[in-house]
Amino acid sequence: MSTVATSQIKLTPERSRPSVRSRLQDALPKIVLAPSFAITIVFVYGFILWTIYLSFTNSKTFPSYVITGSRAYQRLWGWTFDTDPPSSWYTSITNMGIFGFLYILICLALGLFLAILLDQKIRGEGVLRPIYLYPMALSFIVTGVAWKWFLDPGLGLEQTLHQWGWTSFHFDWIKNKDFVIYTVVIAGVWQASGFIMAMFLAGLRGIDGEIMKAAQIDGATTFQLYRRIVIPLLRPIFLSAFIVLAHLAIKSYDLVVALTSGGPGGSAWLPSNFMYEYTFKRNEMAVGSASAVIMLMTIVAIIVPYLYSELREKPR
Amino acid sequence: MLRKLLIGTALATSFAFSAHAADVKEVQMLHWWTSGGEAAALNVLKGDLAKEGYAWKDVPVAGGGGDAAMTALKAMVAAGNYPTASQMLGYTVLDYAAAGVMGDLTETAKKEGWDKSVPAALQKFSVYEGKWVAAPVNVHSVNWLWINKAVMDKIGGTEPKTFDDFIALLDKAKAAGVIPLALGGQNWQEATMFDSVVLSTGGPEFYKKAFNDLDDASLKSDTMKKSFDNLAKLVTYVDPNFSGRDWNLATAMVIKGDALVQVMGDWAKGEFHAAKKTPGTDFLCYRFPGTDGSVIYNSDMFGMFNVPDDRKAAQVALATATLSKSFQSAFNVVKGSVPARTDVPDTDFDACGKKGIADLKKANDGGTLFGSLAQGYGAPPAVANAYKDVVSKFVHGQIKTSDEAVTELVKAIDDAK
Repeated sequence: MSTVATSQIKLTPERSRPSVRSRLQDALPKIVLAPSFAITIVFVYGFILWTIYLSFTNSKTFPSYVITGSRAYQRLWGWTFDTDPPSSWYTSITNMGIFGFLYILICLALGLFLAILLDQKIRGEGVLRPIYLYPMALSFIVTGVAWKWFLDPGLGLEQTLHQWGWTSFHFDWIKNKDFVIYTVVIAGVWQASGFIMAMFLAGLRGIDGEIMKAAQIDGATTFQLYRRIVIPLLRPIFLSAFIVLAHLAIKSYDLVVALTSGGPGGSAWLPSNFMYEYTFKRNEMAVGSASAVIMLMTIVAIIVPYLYSELREKPR
Repeated sequence: MLRKLLIGTALATSFAFSAHAADVKEVQMLHWWTSGGEAAALNVLKGDLAKEGYAWKDVPVAGGGGDAAMTALKAMVAAGNYPTASQMLGYTVLDYAAAGVMGDLTETAKKEGWDKSVPAALQKFSVYEGKWVAAPVNVHSVNWLWINKAVMDKIGGTEPKTFDDFIALLDKAKAAGVIPLALGGQNWQEATMFDSVVLSTGGPEFYKKAFNDLDDASLKSDTMKKSFDNLAKLVTYVDPNFSGRDWNLATAMVIKGDALVQVMGDWAKGEFHAAKKTPGTDFLCYRFPGTDGSVIYNSDMFGMFNVPDDRKAAQVALATATLSKSFQSAFNVVKGSVPARTDVPDTDFDACGKKGIADLKKANDGGTLFGSLAQGYGAPPAVANAYKDVVSKFVHGQIKTSDEAVTELVKAIDDAK
């Protein structure tokens, strides 16, 4: 089609028309991309810079544009070591550590395990797969509220088991300041592990059957097969799954609010909750901005090595 | 090109102005009163204004505490698109006034005599540097006990007059196998209860010094320590499942008779009304023991913005209607609060409302009307939230002793100041 078009153009005597047209064709992708590019520049990168700027001012209720130094960061730094009683910031970052680590680890392990089970050419896979995948279609708010009811000792699991006669059963993590963050992990894992399973399943389907057969002929046990061959071959999937989970973990805000409304004494806070509280409820915009900048740094610390390794591998 | 654009804009705006030279017969109102009872209460005002020929342009932003509404307001004001008025709380009014975006209703205030009828403690928030910038709609008070009468009769209890009486009453309920105290373990509910505990333990002078003036010596004092000890005592009467519970669920426990008493602001009365309960026969309202004669308040206000001249007439009409005696009575009967002016007749109110009005008047005359720190009327939001943190951490055990609580309170408040 395109060769016909160009040959027709070459037949026409006027020289200026094709050049306009081809110039337009060259520019078309740029023109189409320009609005979204401009929007991204302003609303993502522009506001990142603005937030960084605000974190060095003394902004309270409204933004103030007079740079007053790094007091917001100094306060955050001070709070980082306030462990007894724990400051809100200390609680937030330790929770981030616990939640991020367990959430990513359990999602990866569970996702891989489910994918391997589903990959055994079982009957009814078409029914099972969407069942596992479905939680991902729910918003965090729905997940949070449903799990809040389920885990509430006076309402959900504990109450039901008591009614069935198992009266010694006790599960009050959601009301316990030391364990409430683990309930956030439970709800988060429930939501995301199905999606991770789907990613791994796609990876497993992409593995060449010949390699497996060769290994079996060599006398490898099933365990060896998965440990030495399948899992190493899934490395790129692990990486993408990790990136997806890491950013989900860092931006989790709604789950904590819906599930625990902050937890007893604010013990379920994550840095995002801290940021919202300080910026919008406590009118300490500078401190809120500073905490947002630190969250950004955390994400950058994860994403940059990933991008670096991705971009380096391409030319090979 | 730029010049053409500028001329164009100038022309357009001048046209816009000439088109609007006549007064705009419309009030634009930002608020978060979207639930059934509250919306009904606001409809009274809508009707009053319609009678005077003003259309009502509703800008509701749902979300109980008003956080979402305040974020929306921030955006509107930053864009220079002021609403005629917005529902606002305490220090927010002063913040916006300091930013210079509030209007001036002093003339109307003089004409209507607001200076005399609105309690002085409220004027701290509705008047900024001598100018009236907001119209208070109601006065809520937080030092109330809400008691289920059937349970009270069953355990043979009487009105507790002192904190020790109260503990004895709670013990009776415990012995009878009822949950003595219904509490929602969210920081604002715990802190709201603590407001009353401090007033009861230290008396009015102490409350004012510590929670309105933020006096260091009072915050550090043994009286404050004792207040924390008293709070710890109260918390032992709470059911183990209290943490994170919403306030209206705690009220429901009292309504159903699962629990004896809740310490909560008078908005709890709305829940009793919704359940078709009458004061005196189904439930009882007492002042928190040891706080009779004093009122810890918070108040909803309509902040009035500095709107263009052609909208000022509508704004004045809105403010006048808001503080009219008929609206103050009609609105507050529905809302459960008491009128924001002390000269409104109490004929339409129920027994609790009548007591609330009388108490407010007495507190205003005696100088014992204090802003609630938990509700953001004692100190700016940064301090109020730091206070809620400490109280909540104490209730839930992150802070273990009252000594530690006092140290933390002083530190947190200093840090937030």
